[in-house]
Amino acid sequence: MKMTGTQAFMQCLEEENVETIFGFPGGAVIDLYDTIHQQDKIHHVLVRHEQAAVHAADAYARVSGKVGVALVTSGPGATNAVTGIATAYLDSIPVVVFSGQVPTALIGNDAFQEVDIVGITRPCTKHNYLVKEAKDLVPTIREAFHVARSGRPGPVLVDLPKDVMASIIDFPVKTPVKMRTYKPTYTPHPGQIEKACKAILAGKRPVLYIGGGVILGNAHEELTDFARKLGIPVTMTLMGLGGFPGTDPLSMGMLGMHGTYFANMAVAKCDVLIAVGARFDDRVTGKIDAFAPHAKIIHVDIDPTSISKNVEVDIPIVAGCKEAMTQMNKWVDSREIDLEAERTKLAPWHDQIKDWKAKHPLGYVDETDIIKPQFVIQKLHELTQGEAIVTTEVGQHQMWAAQFYHFNHPRTLITSGGLGTMGYGFPAAIGAQMAAPDRMVIDIAGDGSMQMNIQEFATAMQERLPVKIALLNNNYLGMVRQWQELFYDKRYSATPMEVQPDFVKVAEAYGAVGLRATKPSEVVPVIKEALSTKTLVLMDFVISREEGVFPMVPAGKATTDMLLV
Amino acid sequence: MKHTISVLLQNKPGVLSRVTGLFSGRGFNIESLSVAETMEKGVSSLTLVTGGDDNIIEQITKQLHKLIDVIKVTDISETDNVEREMALIRVKAESTTRAEVLRIADIFRARVVDVSPRSYALEITGTNDKIKAVTELLKPIGIQEIIRTGTIAMTRASKKP
Repeated sequence: MKMTGTQAFMQCLEEENVETIFGFPGGAVIDLYDTIHQQDKIHHVLVRHEQAAVHAADAYARVSGKVGVALVTSGPGATNAVTGIATAYLDSIPVVVFSGQVPTALIGNDAFQEVDIVGITRPCTKHNYLVKEAKDLVPTIREAFHVARSGRPGPVLVDLPKDVMASIIDFPVKTPVKMRTYKPTYTPHPGQIEKACKAILAGKRPVLYIGGGVILGNAHEELTDFARKLGIPVTMTLMGLGGFPGTDPLSMGMLGMHGTYFANMAVAKCDVLIAVGARFDDRVTGKIDAFAPHAKIIHVDIDPTSISKNVEVDIPIVAGCKEAMTQMNKWVDSREIDLEAERTKLAPWHDQIKDWKAKHPLGYVDETDIIKPQFVIQKLHELTQGEAIVTTEVGQHQMWAAQFYHFNHPRTLITSGGLGTMGYGFPAAIGAQMAAPDRMVIDIAGDGSMQMNIQEFATAMQERLPVKIALLNNNYLGMVRQWQELFYDKRYSATPMEVQPDFVKVAEAYGAVGLRATKPSEVVPVIKEALSTKTLVLMDFVISREEGVFPMVPAGKATTDMLLV
Repeated sequence: MKHTISVLLQNKPGVLSRVTGLFSGRGFNIESLSVAETMEKGVSSLTLVTGGDDNIIEQITKQLHKLIDVIKVTDISETDNVEREMALIRVKAESTTRAEVLRIADIFRARVVDVSPRSYALEITGTNDKIKAVTELLKPIGIQEIIRTGTIAMTRASKKP
């Protein structure tokens, strides 16, 4: 069938079951937007900055499990998208970003709004393409979606020159994407599974350390089954929160720099560490030599480069988390193992963890006249029954959300873990709400991050999205301030926010609802009012200014060297 | 330790930049690099020499393999292999040293590829050590210019009949 490049583009998106795309028009994509205007199958969300388009597409992917799609114009449109792309790359999120490009004849000429976006994004995409010939358009788009969603997922950029999109092409019949050089390994090696299971059963102090791979690989059920069957305590990375129920008795919460005392102690003293879909990031390990020093380490990951990158692994398993956990469950189930006895064997280990937990539980000092941020998160958790989708910005509020909103389900904490992108949470909430229109979506924000994509009020209002923003306002760039307090003699260089907008008025200016709480007694009424309002609401919580996030492992220190207050 | 790594890759625009970008981005070092087409259309072979401990080399080979356009990665140093480099050396050759230059060329089986009244240009092929040895010998006579290729390498075939 003959059609234009832009029509073929739309047809490809339909093939991939894309329902929503996030974008911003411009000269190089004007033909595409003309085609978008003439169809009603795919909904286009007009953002107010291209960074937000990619964050929204990224969150859409995290919540729905589908590939997120963003569309931006050439030059500045494309460079604005780079932070979003890098954010998705560091967290392995399947996103396809389409960028407009100047006509092929002008490429390399320093044409108006020309930039080598394929060159710029090479190190922060899983793969990227410049479509130089019209005949390559459809196969490239199909391959881009395949690469983005398979194996270890990641963002893929496709650069679309204006003339290619305007040309007439023959739409090729869909055939399965076959790539000679790219075949991810999903199935684990049976020998490695056996070795791993034997090592786990031989252990007296096992710990499961799970990361975002469990969620991306939809392995939470298999993993939860495995942990409960053998009674193995579980700790989650920031990206792994929700991969195992946070309120389960086996959950030790998050580990690492702001992890719980008992999770970090358990990892330090364990004799078998089972890492599943986690990558031994420096925020998790602290000083490498002191990370799980006594443990035999088993590592399940779909990406071979993650294995033995930071920490030497004893039993590597290159596989999808779901496939690996399924095989491990099968191995255990198919043998005559007295599971009751296995769990009883671990009783002393659980007692030890309980002792640590009793000694230093996760907590904070409540006050009657000033709002504590942790209290706000606890109340949000209570009043949403822990069932909201929570997005966050980056900083102290992000860590408090991770510590005090006990995530029980996968795909409910949407946060920039790897890149740590301030300004992620609000556009992410927009993407999340588009993916799950019936769910409660809350962006837990800080006053610094909030201002990095505050223009997205307009997007959310235009789409009539009932997103809730819980702004923990301490008038500081709080996380950096905390470091300055602890390690730089309280020299608060550039962290006090001396000029701040009135966030309630900002919300109102966009036609949203703004609420403010300045006293602890106002917290619950404000949250209740926000949750029962059917439109966008910003809750401005004026919190205790110099509250810190604890426990804290100073950068580069062993995770057992925690500052506890 | 030095490793010679052979990479078979799809000859697509930007593929070399993906390889070199990987090395610079992750702080790996490239000592030499050589790329050319293979017998198969659209497939290139790239040989690079790099250094590092076993962990680094393991990461390098894994990361190379992770690039979508890469077909195959072989650490040639781990196999029985043949390695070659080529150098073109222009050396001063005046009446007193002309004979000496030719003698050295003869010993190393170098060929004279250009002659002028005051210089010879030699073409020499061999291992990195051999090239080093000949340059050391020619240095006192006066090397005017030297151009070297990167290393190329091939695994030796099995000697079993």
